[in-house]
Amino acid sequence: MAEATADEAVAGPEPSYGRVREGLRAYRLIIAMWIRSTMAYRASFVMSTLANLVATALDFVAILLMFSQVDVLGGYRLPEVAFLYGLSATAFGLADLTIGSMDRLGRRVRDGTLDTLLVRPAPVLAQVAADRFALRRLGRVTQGACVLGYALAVLPIAWTPLKAAMIPLMLLSGGLIFCAVFVAGAAFQFVAQDASEVQNSFTYGGQTLLQYPPSVFAKDLVRGVTFVLPLAFVNWLPAVYVLGRPYPLGLPAWVAFTPPLVAAGCCALAGLAWRTGLRSYRSTGS
Amino acid sequence: MDGASVDGGFIELERVEKVFDVRRRTGFLKSERRRVRAVDSISFTVARGEMVGYIGPNGAGKSTTIKMLTGILTPSGGRLRVAGIDPSRERTRLARRIGVVFGQRTTLWWDLPLIDSYRLMHRMYRIPDLRYRQNLDRCVELLELRGLLDVPVRQLSLGQRMRGDIAAALLHDPEVLYLDEPTIGLDVISKAKVRDFLRELNAERGTTVLLTTHDLQDIEQLCSRVMVIDHGRLMYDGPLAGLHEVGDSERTLVVDLERELPPIEVPPARVVRVEGSRQWLAFPASESAAPLVARVAAEYPLVDLSVREPDIEAVIAKMYAGQAGQAERAVS
Repeated sequence: MAEATADEAVAGPEPSYGRVREGLRAYRLIIAMWIRSTMAYRASFVMSTLANLVATALDFVAILLMFSQVDVLGGYRLPEVAFLYGLSATAFGLADLTIGSMDRLGRRVRDGTLDTLLVRPAPVLAQVAADRFALRRLGRVTQGACVLGYALAVLPIAWTPLKAAMIPLMLLSGGLIFCAVFVAGAAFQFVAQDASEVQNSFTYGGQTLLQYPPSVFAKDLVRGVTFVLPLAFVNWLPAVYVLGRPYPLGLPAWVAFTPPLVAAGCCALAGLAWRTGLRSYRSTGS
Repeated sequence: MDGASVDGGFIELERVEKVFDVRRRTGFLKSERRRVRAVDSISFTVARGEMVGYIGPNGAGKSTTIKMLTGILTPSGGRLRVAGIDPSRERTRLARRIGVVFGQRTTLWWDLPLIDSYRLMHRMYRIPDLRYRQNLDRCVELLELRGLLDVPVRQLSLGQRMRGDIAAALLHDPEVLYLDEPTIGLDVISKAKVRDFLRELNAERGTTVLLTTHDLQDIEQLCSRVMVIDHGRLMYDGPLAGLHEVGDSERTLVVDLERELPPIEVPPARVVRVEGSRQWLAFPASESAAPLVARVAAEYPLVDLSVREPDIEAVIAKMYAGQAGQAERAVS
């Protein structure tokens, strides 16, 4: 106790900023540095952004090709699948853009450069989230938004204010759910440093899964992504409400409005996982 | 009043321990757990303004100690305070008051001009503008960074980058600076520049400096106090000169005689080498050289002589060997 007072006398009142605010500030500062670093190689940035856009665009072309052979997929027509696709791709793209490089954490643990972040006066999570921020990932968001825009333009939906509000709500909650998966995956890398492929199968794999109607998948898989890894809340469950489609697994109608709650729950769990992971790193150093 | 606790230690360690569980694969799924004491009950205090060298062989526990002092690692036991702060509990609060330079890992931004890294420090540490400018100017002048500020870090030489890293660690006026191998890989001139700067920083600002190094010249030229660690234990803590006594080392008297002679006899010194008219005599470092010189001059046709101090590296090697020998004896 005496120590603390003696200390205060010298340092003066420590500026107390909220951890979240402090984290966001550090995140902003660091991504600005990465954007400037990227701009040191302008041509390379333009090329990789275009490549990213084309690669993700081809992804949707595969779906277009499928619909040139069939009219209906699992009871869904092209605009409806485009709606699912656009929501999932945009939500995932937003998460990937903001914190997608977190899967490099394992490498930082292995080569010891994580320690250089631990001596900075900023939350480690914010620093790791901003690490290697890649603006070229805007390509995926753009492509997802275009497909979503197309779907919204051609879908014959009787729009109500509630249904309209669901769109930004889905993108935001979906983005947060994917962010939580990224953070939990990174937290796991404190323990298993080479687990980035496992993480990718949940993030990239999950995102691909969500681009198709739930009705084409086996019930157990749908159960898994509803109750275990709640990716179904990114687009499937809220989208069936907007589209007026039958709910998978006979779930009640109100689940369509739970994505914000699910996202909050996922973020809390991911935060817990992160703290546990960081604590284990700081007690073992590996 | 300073930030330290009552008994004056700015950095205080009391029986600090760090135990790792090391898992080693022995089969596809089987693994073996082994407890490793990386740091074994170390106690020391460093007063404000001291400059201390921390040395030991690889894997001795040096880095682990530094990591605990900076709040990167949580100790498994014991008590640890830096400026009155428990590093592992208040990592970010401590971060504002310490500077860390990792010799082999730059914290500068590779693709950006050097100045950009400093601007980030300015904002991340919330350094008041005036203080930032003053500190930067001072570092630029003393570390000779003028003309390098607009150069992308990837184009800097190793020595330039190290100086750049040191400046980056000092912009927020840390009260203590930890340096992990600050001169590793540098050429003679760069080493001299870094050492000059650290000496001045310590003398003028009173910054407490704790440095680990393999280069004993760093210690000889900078540190009045040295701590030697091996197998996680503190084996020596005191002035550099005292190491000689602990390591029961020997000094060498080199004598040039008028002509070739059989090995001369002046106990307790003994001749260790003869080459023509020149002879090398070893004698305990704790003994004075004066009576020995007088006797040689009286009894033999002496032309010239010189005294050589023991090689500190040899002293430390001997110390490690001695400790290992004792440990083995204890086991058997």
